[in-house]
Amino acid sequence: MARFEYYGKKGLPKVDLEELKGKLIVIEGTDGVGRSTHIGLLKQWFENNGHAVLDTGMTRSALAGEGLKAAKEGHTLGWLTMTLFYATDFADRLENEMIPALRAGFIVLTDRYIFSQMARALLRGADREWIKQVFEFTLKPDMVIYLRVGVDDLITRVIQHTGFNYWESGMDLHLGEDMYESFVEYQTRMLREFDTMAGEYNFQVIETSPNIEEVFEQIKSRVEPLMAGRKPKSTVIVPVSTPG
Amino acid sequence: MKMYGKHRFHGKLFVVEGIDGSGKSTQVALLQKWLESEGYVTFFSEWNSSPLVREVTRRGKKKRMLTPMTFSLIHATDFADRTEHHIIPPLKSGALVLADRYIYTAFARDSARGVNPQWVRSLYQFAVKPTIGFYFRISLDEAMKRILGGRDAIKYYEAGMDLKITDDIEESFRVFQGRIIEEYEKMVSEFGLVVIDASQSIEEQQEQMRQIVTDALAGTKKTRIRKWLDLSTMVKKASRK
Repeated sequence: MARFEYYGKKGLPKVDLEELKGKLIVIEGTDGVGRSTHIGLLKQWFENNGHAVLDTGMTRSALAGEGLKAAKEGHTLGWLTMTLFYATDFADRLENEMIPALRAGFIVLTDRYIFSQMARALLRGADREWIKQVFEFTLKPDMVIYLRVGVDDLITRVIQHTGFNYWESGMDLHLGEDMYESFVEYQTRMLREFDTMAGEYNFQVIETSPNIEEVFEQIKSRVEPLMAGRKPKSTVIVPVSTPG
Repeated sequence: MKMYGKHRFHGKLFVVEGIDGSGKSTQVALLQKWLESEGYVTFFSEWNSSPLVREVTRRGKKKRMLTPMTFSLIHATDFADRTEHHIIPPLKSGALVLADRYIYTAFARDSARGVNPQWVRSLYQFAVKPTIGFYFRISLDEAMKRILGGRDAIKYYEAGMDLKITDDIEESFRVFQGRIIEEYEKMVSEFGLVVIDASQSIEEQQEQMRQIVTDALAGTKKTRIRKWLDLSTMVKKASRK
């Protein structure tokens, strides 16, 4: 039996799930929570252990990545259009990057998957059943690690690092008098949506803290059982004695 | 989020569907002329019309990067933009919207490409249900005659060349468009499409369309505005002075 399955009954045309031998690991979490840091660390750790890794992230697809960036700059597209644009970008990455890598036995580490998009669409009035149907073709990952953070911590981090941006503050929803108030309200709603999804999609929830090493240790301990039996035979490197 | 069949607008939506060469674009243009002369406010909307999305689609087609799934999704994205900008607002204002190709084009093409037909239908659940969906039925041979006469080359995706049925583009086009016709035929009863026999003369077809549209418009107010404020015309006039 194939290891992978789709979220819905209707999957991708011309994909034989039996052929997919790799592992699919997703890191989800709101902006500023340290996803890319931990993906970098995980990648290094996997590679040190002899596993080949492909890391990929949203809006990096060859097909729609550039178009999406342009669309965001202009703020002219409605949420429905944005949702489907992201779904296009995602499908392109799934079919052209993730699936070939899984076929080749890679560990695919993806910075976000479909959940942020689903949450964003839901906050903007998308029908819950509809959004699920749209993403029916999605592979169920081996593991979804959700890096969770409270709104208060998140604000501190965002101010320190990137500052508030239009979309992550939900400015299109007119939730508050200014960007700060809008951000707080929007991210509170996002976190609530993620907590709901955590149960439904079986997220591994990790409460983040400023201590990166501590968080990473927790991530490793969740991921390790996945890798049982996949470790290359340990090779002992005999140090060659060098004269002098 | 309003779903298919649940929208309520003052305006009406008439769409034309059919394979390339069925003559639907000619018919919808004639219909629009007539409706305007009758004093209705009309708005024309066509497939692949969102500027931002179209650029991605164009590139994807040119570089042949599209799979059946992404072909389907990028067209749905374009259609969503078209719905949000060019279909719902005029319908709310009470205009008559005329659409050259609609969701049924996607259902037919994507299913013919092997995408799950039920999934494509669910993808487009946000679409406004047309007042009338016209389907221009034509035989494959007749359509081929019209197309091959008029254009130098058949396009890659229109011929379904991405499906690798055969290297011969004309043969591939024939097989692929044949599948699309099968899909359209299935949709006639599923969506209550009104069939127009596209082998008739242009005048005969237009006559039938006008009759059906007249019935559908019974009780609809004519808005005696000649046109929307046509900015481009105004600018041209002003610059001539």
